[in-house]
Amino acid sequence: MADLRSDFLGIKSPNPFWLASAPPTDKEYNVVRAFKAGWGGVVWKTLGAEGPPIVNVNGPRYGAVWGADRRLLGLNNIELITDRPLEVNLREIKQVKRDWPDRAMVVSLMVPCDEESWKAILARVEETEADGVELNFGCPHGMSERGMGSAVGQVPEYIEMVTRWVKQHSRMPCIVKLTPNITDIRKPAEAAKRGGADAVSLINTISSITSVDLDNFSPEPSIDGKGAHGGYCGPAVKPIALNMVAEIARDPATAGLPISGIGGVTTWRDAAEFLALGAGNVQVCTAAMTYGFGIIKELTAGLSLYLDQKGMTLSELSGRAVPNVTDWQYLNLNYVTKARIDQDLCIKCGRCYAACEDTSHQAISMSPDRVFDVIDEECVACNLCVNVCPVENCITMERLPAGAVDLRTGQEVRDDHGDWTMHPNNPMARAAE
Amino acid sequence: MMTPGIAPGRLSADAYARNFNDLYPDFDPHEAMVAADRCYFCHDAPCITACPTEIDIPLFIRQIQAGQPEAAAKTIFDQNILGGMCARVCPTETLCEGACVREAAEGQPVEIGRLQRYATDRLMAQGGHPYARAEPSGKRVAVVGAGPAGLACAHGLARRGHDVVIFEAREKPGGLNEYGIAAYKTPHDFAQSEVDWIMEIGGISLRQGMALGRDITLEGLRAEFDAVFLGMGLGGVNALGVSGDDRDGVRDAVDFIAELRQTDDLSALPVGRHVVVIGGGMTAVDAAVQSKLLGAEHVTMVYRRGRERMSASDHELDHAATAGVKIITDAMPVAVHGNGALREVEFAYTRQGANGLEASDERFRLPADQLFRAIGQTLEATPEGLALEGGKIAVDGAGKTSVPMVWAGGDCTGGGEDLTVTAVAQGRDAAADIHARLMG
Ligand SMILES: Cc1cc2nc3c(=O)[nH]c(=O)nc-3n(C[C@H](O)[C@H](O)[C@H](O)COP(=O)(O)OP(=O)(O)OC[C@H]3O[C@@H](n4cnc5c(N)ncnc54)[C@H](O)[C@@H]3O)c2cc1C
Ligand SMILES: Cc1cc2nc3c(=O)[nH]c(=O)nc-3n(C[C@H](O)[C@H](O)[C@H](O)COP(=O)(O)O)c2cc1C
Ligand code: SF4
Ligand code: SF4
Ligand code: SF4
Repeated sequence: MADLRSDFLGIKSPNPFWLASAPPTDKEYNVVRAFKAGWGGVVWKTLGAEGPPIVNVNGPRYGAVWGADRRLLGLNNIELITDRPLEVNLREIKQVKRDWPDRAMVVSLMVPCDEESWKAILARVEETEADGVELNFGCPHGMSERGMGSAVGQVPEYIEMVTRWVKQHSRMPCIVKLTPNITDIRKPAEAAKRGGADAVSLINTISSITSVDLDNFSPEPSIDGKGAHGGYCGPAVKPIALNMVAEIARDPATAGLPISGIGGVTTWRDAAEFLALGAGNVQVCTAAMTYGFGIIKELTAGLSLYLDQKGMTLSELSGRAVPNVTDWQYLNLNYVTKARIDQDLCIKCGRCYAACEDTSHQAISMSPDRVFDVIDEECVACNLCVNVCPVENCITMERLPAGAVDLRTGQEVRDDHGDWTMHPNNPMARAAE
Repeated sequence: MMTPGIAPGRLSADAYARNFNDLYPDFDPHEAMVAADRCYFCHDAPCITACPTEIDIPLFIRQIQAGQPEAAAKTIFDQNILGGMCARVCPTETLCEGACVREAAEGQPVEIGRLQRYATDRLMAQGGHPYARAEPSGKRVAVVGAGPAGLACAHGLARRGHDVVIFEAREKPGGLNEYGIAAYKTPHDFAQSEVDWIMEIGGISLRQGMALGRDITLEGLRAEFDAVFLGMGLGGVNALGVSGDDRDGVRDAVDFIAELRQTDDLSALPVGRHVVVIGGGMTAVDAAVQSKLLGAEHVTMVYRRGRERMSASDHELDHAATAGVKIITDAMPVAVHGNGALREVEFAYTRQGANGLEASDERFRLPADQLFRAIGQTLEATPEGLALEGGKIAVDGAGKTSVPMVWAGGDCTGGGEDLTVTAVAQGRDAAADIHARLMG
């Protein structure tokens, strides 16, 4: 069994799986259940400033997108930060940290954008002996209309300013949680770093409308016939989150800044991918909300087995794929592949044919008795067929060895690297050195 | 103690109700969604090719997925106006589901038949009829027989604006849907409600109790109508040709089934304690299974060749076996013993001889109070002038017979298997051809 113990900014946890700040971490009862199930840590549901508690809508707060078999692929919510009194949350945080000293306890915060408000809340959190704070600059709905959440997260100067206040008024490690609702994720990450953040966490939810009720013409979730955009999360957002994590990990301005990866982590595999792209740990929300806390056993056992099989430690995995994230212009154009169909696995559904024939390169032939074959003369190696084939590994992309002739171009496959920066069609090309 | 001989009321009232209820009940919406989600929307889908009426199966399943079973039903009815009945009675395991790629992938096809029922039941329950008639053409067509072939043809013609008169020998329309198909495949009088629903198109009048050859002649019909379609099925049955074939208790399976289908009170329907069914097709299976379901203690189906030659599908045979029917193959009856009434049937095992199948010397006897012949139906006397082929009415691809302006389809013709869905396809295609001819 690989050692999954995690150390993120000096915050120790028995594994790198934390529950993200959200309903699963809104109170002692849930968090204790999570710890009993085996979760490594939690980021407590976002606390607001002292005062009358936040109110939530009393109608539905979620919208959803499903795949086949009603598998939940994406979830959208219009919930606000915690609606429980601040003192109750702080008391419970203190109690849970005391009862579960080996688990990570980070407290998420969102207060008005002035120094006094932040100073006040930080003092209260320190008393709980929590391990750190996460600044919620991400929530895209409701709080942003009040100048908080993503309203701060979308302005790098504000991020820098607030982060600086937090570092000034607290000794706790500070994680800045980023909103994906911006054009270039590197800018807020750089701002957080300038402000002195110890880490960034991302992504928070993506502004979204999941569906429209076609009878009353209200966006869902519909509250008395009206709907507001919510925040999107779950498996559907993972690709967006992975890219943003990678962008920060490979940006020289932020390289080395610890990252807590969030967004659609559902199985150990998703977690391993976030880690490989530079995350130091991961946070999970929707998967727990869909399946309950029991998934932690699959997450930990799966990651552990994978590390054993690779003979790797957790820290060796972290960032392992970052050097391979590059720009399009550096991709090797001499890497030539062709689709190959395993006739034994093929069930003759014809989806590859329809996809290639109707929408791509007419590179798959179909015989009257439904044998599907790749026409090398036409195959541009796009791999659309691979992706539409219902049988895993039935179609694979095979690399042509150097010296072989690509029947599509009639050219011999070269064994050296050749990318766009060197390509004769590129007016800016530099001769290969 | 089991009542000996042929007796009614072998079971409790609930047992009858249970035994003859829907074998595969309608999906609920959740089950339908789970089943529909499994369809891959194949290109040029093999399931379509395997359907004699070529229903666009991936399209209708996608319409179910997209929450519009009524639209799915329209896709089905566009190809097969008896899509509701076919959903219940088609041997899907040898047709669409047998060809489904998920049968190849997982040995578990998409449940096309039940999804088809889900869609068609919903549209039919809405009331109203999904098709409107074209402008009246002024042409009149006679259809003989109100079975699946005749009904599909009549609907296709009526839709195109022609006036149709159906001449049906029996009291009720529906053909074998009403008198033949196993009761548990189509309970709750579905056959009659389907006929009523089909007739809602308008322009079709039905004359019951009118038999071609008895009450009307082909010449008369040709004189009165612009075209004629013959869909009279197979009215005759093959005889066993063994001694004792006429004893009490020996009966044609189709008659027994017809009586069963028309009985309101199944507890009043007598059945033997020891039942023997001769034959290897769907009729034999249905007679055997339904005897068992009526409370017969021992039911044995005996077929003269090997199991692989039986025309009943594996699925049907498994169903029979599960119902408790014993299946004996490679044996033929040689004598029916008894003293007035039937007591025993004597069989010989068969073997391949110089001139084909022959009885060996190895014999055995089965006790029997009731014996059903299910060794095939034949065409009853046909009007003169109609050319036959293999004992059935000869037709070209579109159903044209040798007599001008006379078409035929369904079991009375030779093409395809004798199935409801094949009869529908042939009736439908004949309607299109008749229309082309009348308007051309
Ligand atoms: C017991 C049994 C079970 C079956 N089970 C199935 C099954 O599960 N699934 C399946 O797909 N198929 C099944 N079949 C086959 C299927 O029922 C037939 O293939 C189908 O009904 C043929 O349709 P048709 O319209 O050609 O003939 P029929 O259904 O036989 O209809 C012919 C109609 O013509 C009428 N008619 C006959 N002679 C005359 C005349 N001289 N004048 C006027 N009217 C006349 C008849 O009364 C009848 O109404 C079964 C058949 C039998 C016998
Ligand atoms: C109902 C709901 C409420 C949330 N509330 C908060 C919150 O109060 N503070 C916060 O930082 N993030 C909040 N989030 C965002 C999650 O912490 C997380 O960033 C996001 O859901 C992406 O992770 P996932 O794909 O694993 O769900 C909330 C998410 C959901 C679904
Ligand atoms: S890789 Fe692309 S071009 Fe080649 S066969 Fe597949 S879909 Fe067609
Ligand atoms: S998509 Fe896959 S399974 Fe379907 S025909 Fe193509 S190769 Fe075969
Ligand atoms: S073969 Fe099966 S999976 Fe393919 S379209 Fe037909 S029902 Fe769907």
